[in-house]
Amino acid sequence: MAGFRQLLRNTPQGLYCPPGDFHIDPTQPVDHAVITHGHSDHARAGHGTVLATPETLAIMTARCGAEFAGSSQGARYGETITRGSVTVTLVPAGHVLGSAQVVLRWKDRTAVISGDYKRRRDPTCPPFQPVPCDLFVSEATFGLPVFRFPPSEDETAKLLKSVALFPERTHLVGVYALGKAQRLIRLLREAGYDKTLYIHGALASMNALYEAHGVALGSLAHATDDARNALPGEIVLAPPSAIADKWARRFADPIPAFASGWMMVRARARQRHVELPLVLSDHADWDELTLTVGELKPEELWITHGSEEALLRWAQLNDISATALEIAGYEDEGE
Amino acid sequence: MKAFARLLDQLAFTPARNAKLTLLRDYLSHAPDPERGWALASLTGALSFDAAKPGFIRKAAEARMDPLLFALSHDFVGDLAETVALIWPAKPGANREPELPEVVESLRSASRREVPQLLERWLDALDATGRWALLKLLTGGLRVGVSARLAKQALAQMGDVPVSEIEEVWHGQDPPYGDLFAWLEKRSDKPSAETPGRFRPVMLAQAIDEASDFPRYDAKDYAAEWKWDGIRVQAANEGGQRRLYSRTGEDVAAAFPDVIAALNFTGVIDGELLIFRGGHAAPFGDLQQRLNRKTADAKLMEKFPAGIRAYDLLMDGTEDLRELPFAERRKRLEAFVARLKSDRIDLSPLQPFESWEELARLRAHPPKGDPEVAEGLMLKRWDSIYEPGRPKGPWFKWKRDPHLIDAVLMYAQRGHGKRSGFYSDYTFGVWREDSNGDRSLTPVGKAYFGFTDEELKRLDKFVRDNTVERFGPVRSVRASLDFGLVLEIAFEGLQRSTRHKSGVAMRFPRINRIRWDKPAREADELPTLEKMLD
Repeated sequence: MAGFRQLLRNTPQGLYCPPGDFHIDPTQPVDHAVITHGHSDHARAGHGTVLATPETLAIMTARCGAEFAGSSQGARYGETITRGSVTVTLVPAGHVLGSAQVVLRWKDRTAVISGDYKRRRDPTCPPFQPVPCDLFVSEATFGLPVFRFPPSEDETAKLLKSVALFPERTHLVGVYALGKAQRLIRLLREAGYDKTLYIHGALASMNALYEAHGVALGSLAHATDDARNALPGEIVLAPPSAIADKWARRFADPIPAFASGWMMVRARARQRHVELPLVLSDHADWDELTLTVGELKPEELWITHGSEEALLRWAQLNDISATALEIAGYEDEGE
Repeated sequence: MKAFARLLDQLAFTPARNAKLTLLRDYLSHAPDPERGWALASLTGALSFDAAKPGFIRKAAEARMDPLLFALSHDFVGDLAETVALIWPAKPGANREPELPEVVESLRSASRREVPQLLERWLDALDATGRWALLKLLTGGLRVGVSARLAKQALAQMGDVPVSEIEEVWHGQDPPYGDLFAWLEKRSDKPSAETPGRFRPVMLAQAIDEASDFPRYDAKDYAAEWKWDGIRVQAANEGGQRRLYSRTGEDVAAAFPDVIAALNFTGVIDGELLIFRGGHAAPFGDLQQRLNRKTADAKLMEKFPAGIRAYDLLMDGTEDLRELPFAERRKRLEAFVARLKSDRIDLSPLQPFESWEELARLRAHPPKGDPEVAEGLMLKRWDSIYEPGRPKGPWFKWKRDPHLIDAVLMYAQRGHGKRSGFYSDYTFGVWREDSNGDRSLTPVGKAYFGFTDEELKRLDKFVRDNTVERFGPVRSVRASLDFGLVLEIAFEGLQRSTRHKSGVAMRFPRINRIRWDKPAREADELPTLEKMLD
């Protein structure tokens, strides 16, 4: 880690780049921040200046209001910004709309801070772009070999089959508001489901924002029907907390479903009373994590958060020098 | 294998019975023969392998991957078979995915030494759900909440026939049940049920409605006998085939070798399975020690000797008595049991009575001895034939009034399925006085039915408004001498229990009434309950 300390180090506020004087995804208010993507544990309000993609800035405005930072600067994918003696480039991370890896070039070294990322196809954002680097900073939300996600199309097919089998019941799918909701909607549309999808109010603003950025979501309606046994045979999308809540009672004998990488593990699904687990994640699974590190062959691997133990062990077995940063404050919103 | 794996996976996550039925029916209607037959056999327990031990599965996984990575994964997932299913590192260029019949047939013919190789090859070719299903199949015990009864109901729905017809032919059929499916799909005639020792669908009684049924029916037309508190069974010995069936046709013989040994006759008896002590029936709790076991050892059988109290005779030798009136069958039964001279098979005596009033007195004050522990009375029309199902009129059950106590709601838990947004499982307690004379609540049971949907809403609101603490899906509810919700609990019996803090365990508790009006301090005390011990 010593070799990169001058370029990047871990502080109580999160990762800090001394020669550029900015933090990346800081967990507390700082003077200058670079933000990888709009999930609230990475994109907090109250920084002096914020550098992020225009899409991420739009998400932060929608979630925290126009006053989310003292000032903000948008950088398109591939655009190079100079900060002190460092150049900063944002390249696609494939996680959610606007999500970016932060590429730092300093002297003759390159460091990539991936933020949250995935490698599989997502119809709502451009794919992860591998950037050769000396230091790779990775997440490890699903950093255990048990997390090997099935093809996303299999999971939407599972949902549609259940809808066909239980036409008298409502399918109530828990999804996070930013990213997962829109990705699931697009996947359903691609699978040929063109009926109206019903939406909990908490998902409306992100849906509108995605549509404004050119992600067509098809026919959507608010799931506001107060009648009992509402919406039989329909699919309703709601925040995960709502599917086992009072709100869910209005629907016709609802089948609680949840779209998340955690649904890979049965006990997790049962804990949440989920009857139709859908394994759909915006994070890299074990194979994607190890494939990415194997492909980039960095001199060093730093792991920000998640199940770092197993990934450390894997790095050791593959002769890659790795360190766990154990950054506190990143939860798994988006999962 | 994929469709079967999906089915198991969904059944495991689906608590509601009707939804399970839909999943089963859909699978059985679409899966090809013989796959669906083997699937049915594995779900109904007609097929079981314990070809692979968990230890072997762990070793096979560890041989392919770093033990530390395996250990970290196992810690996270918890379940060994599930961990292996998720983690299994397939060798590239894996084989064709195996079909269920191929798996079953290979396992049946493979030697124990060959199993590991087969298993590894299959694991390589399957996806995570497929691997999970395969490991469940191989280690025995699918545990996806499907009883044989439920599977038969799915078959009945699939073929649009009454479930009693399925039960009638079931025991003559073997996996993979080609003839059964051909019949249900109207491709052939009903398969023969003339198998010796087969199950005959059982005749059941309606609960009597005291207000409307007694004025309508004449006491002289009915025989009365005690409703013994065991489990209803059918015992057969035909052509050397000895069988002991539960009332839904599940063969429970393996758990009752002592009873099987006593079936020294040719015929079929309908009766109550009980624990006998010196010719007397022991309470239900004793029988429970013998239920839901795969086998019984000598010690257990000596401590809890089982037998049958006979209600009816369906086959006398090779003669079918089911079309005869009850009066006739009863005479034949009395002679049949008398000939046996067995201390494990006795006769359920008839209880003479002249009028409904007299019978009501007997029910309220049963004579000394076994009738005191009976569940109530059975009424059977003298002229009733033995008709499968639950016809209205010929047979009635008249249970004794349940015990009632007033208890205080202490904890509530979120329900499943339809009730998943509601706090619908209630733990209740009664007052207990400690040595200082302070009164506190001690939990005595749990009930999750007995209320209407409207009442559920009010109960749920009460729980939410009066939550003191949360432990995962459970909430503790405000309950003190001055504040609390009183529930009138009905239950069938009460036994000593070392598992419960209060020292008592209720049989079949349910909420009889919600006493919104009653102050918590006036709920019952533990000594009141202890007086009700069986």
